Amino acid sequence: MNTFTYRKIKNASLYVLVCLFAGLTAVPLFAILGQVLIKGWRQLIVSDFFVKSTPTTLDALIALRSGEIIPGGIANGIVGTILMVLMATFIAIPIGIFAGIYLAEYKTSKYASIIRFLTDLLQGVPSIVVGVVAFIWVVIPLKSYSALAGSAALTVMMLPLIIRSTEETMKMIPNTMKEAGLALGTSYPIVILRVMLPSAFGGIFTGVLLAVSRVIGETAPLMLTALGSTMIQWDVTRPNSAVSLLIWEFYNDPNLQSLVWSASLFLLIFVLTLNIIAKQIAKKWRIQ
Amino acid sequence: MSDKAFKTLLWFAASIILIITGGMLYSLTSGAIPAFKQFGFFEFLSSSEWNPTEGSEKYGALAFIIGTIITSILGILFCLPFSLPVALFIGEYFKGKKIASLLGTIVDLLAGIPSIVYGLWGFYALRPIIMSLGLSPQGFGILTASPVLGIMIIPYAASLSAEFIRMVPNDLKEGAYSMGATRAEVIQHIILPISGSGIFSSYILALGRALGETMAVTMLIGNANGIPNSIFDTGNTMASIIANQFGEAYGLKLSSLIAVGLLLFLITAIINFIGKLIIKRNNL
Repeated sequence: MNTFTYRKIKNASLYVLVCLFAGLTAVPLFAILGQVLIKGWRQLIVSDFFVKSTPTTLDALIALRSGEIIPGGIANGIVGTILMVLMATFIAIPIGIFAGIYLAEYKTSKYASIIRFLTDLLQGVPSIVVGVVAFIWVVIPLKSYSALAGSAALTVMMLPLIIRSTEETMKMIPNTMKEAGLALGTSYPIVILRVMLPSAFGGIFTGVLLAVSRVIGETAPLMLTALGSTMIQWDVTRPNSAVSLLIWEFYNDPNLQSLVWSASLFLLIFVLTLNIIAKQIAKKWRIQ
Repeated sequence: MSDKAFKTLLWFAASIILIITGGMLYSLTSGAIPAFKQFGFFEFLSSSEWNPTEGSEKYGALAFIIGTIITSILGILFCLPFSLPVALFIGEYFKGKKIASLLGTIVDLLAGIPSIVYGLWGFYALRPIIMSLGLSPQGFGILTASPVLGIMIIPYAASLSAEFIRMVPNDLKEGAYSMGATRAEVIQHIILPISGSGIFSSYILALGRALGETMAVTMLIGNANGIPNSIFDTGNTMASIIANQFGEAYGLKLSSLIAVGLLLFLITAIINFIGKLIIKRNNL
């Protein structure tokens, strides 16, 4: 074969291969979405799903035998997830934003570069290790698994994301804005909080949404800290459930399968919507 | 609020990160010390015995270290044939086009799916396939866990690699085209050599992810405490042994599990550090 045709064939086949395999990457996404949707939707639209706790496997078996939909829902998981994620978000937002401002304001300082390095390190720590640490810090002193311990673990996981997004966005704001504020005689804290921070709002908000979507489906740290609960639990010092924990608890139980799939569907809808909203906001608020 | 008070507030918020990471290292180390004292540090690393029988308790991490390495490297191998084409698709062939951003979104969504949902999918969709192929009687094992792991890290490897491929200077590519090179040749001789170390670093960072991945692996690997004989065998990773046994652990066993956590913390920190170092040297 002459070299010219060989080169042309090689070129064309690489193109086809790249497109084919890149396209194949979409298969698992749609396979997972499809399976979760097909197996989960029936249970999700039952009104009990959001107000009742998980049924026992016996109740589920009885319902299955008579061909009915499993009674009960995942309200205990939803309450736990909301409690823990909300607490973690409220702690992580102020610390994360202030730390991010610090990193953006002291770009060249040695201390800031150490903190930046540690933030990166923290972001790479496996979630199960964060769970072990939260166990040592909160569960052992309180002598009980609790939603508090769970939210401590989630806070640690959210912080790096909020810090880095705050820092990146603050850095993009032109320095002239800060100088203009200062030249008008406004004090430094006011310039940062009332001029810089509002202009960076979009980027920071995106970071917060992504941080929430990252932790909302977390399971590993919660099984070491929140443990689980079969009923709705509002007391944050007691063991609590979470949607992801319920999936872990029951994935092996043949009677509760449809509940597990619908809990997964619920999580997926939540996480993917948050992701998409975050991306849209990031696009809209992009600072030139 | 005075300037000084505000600056102190900022400094304090930043210092919390120092306190958290320092405290993490301290707590893990002090929690692990009883196990290291009992078995010896190097003995703990080199023993594959995991025997919780009261009286003759003996714990070593070797089986889980090996399990983690095999599973993660296989995961990278499964990820490679998909993530590299995705990176070329987004960073070169359809650079800046709508279809590239569509694929980018799909890959991003893949990163958004919680680990537990991947595990569930692997358990009910992939495991039966492995079983029907006769590769493993129960369908559990390294060969079930690592493809799922591979899919999970595609987004991390692909999006960073695409960034490096996109950054290859246009004049170099145009130079090659003007001499009659085909696109495949430009990729082979210009793009891959230039972005190579950057692409390598993105796989190092993806490896860092894979090492610590817990839920999906725990649900699929089969949870056996010995060193896996082959990739068809069941096993445990460092993350999955903690996930499986932490709940009922106390005393020496708890300390040993914390020691495994400390090792995992150190290994991922080193891997991530190496990855970031290579990226820094490439100026991204």
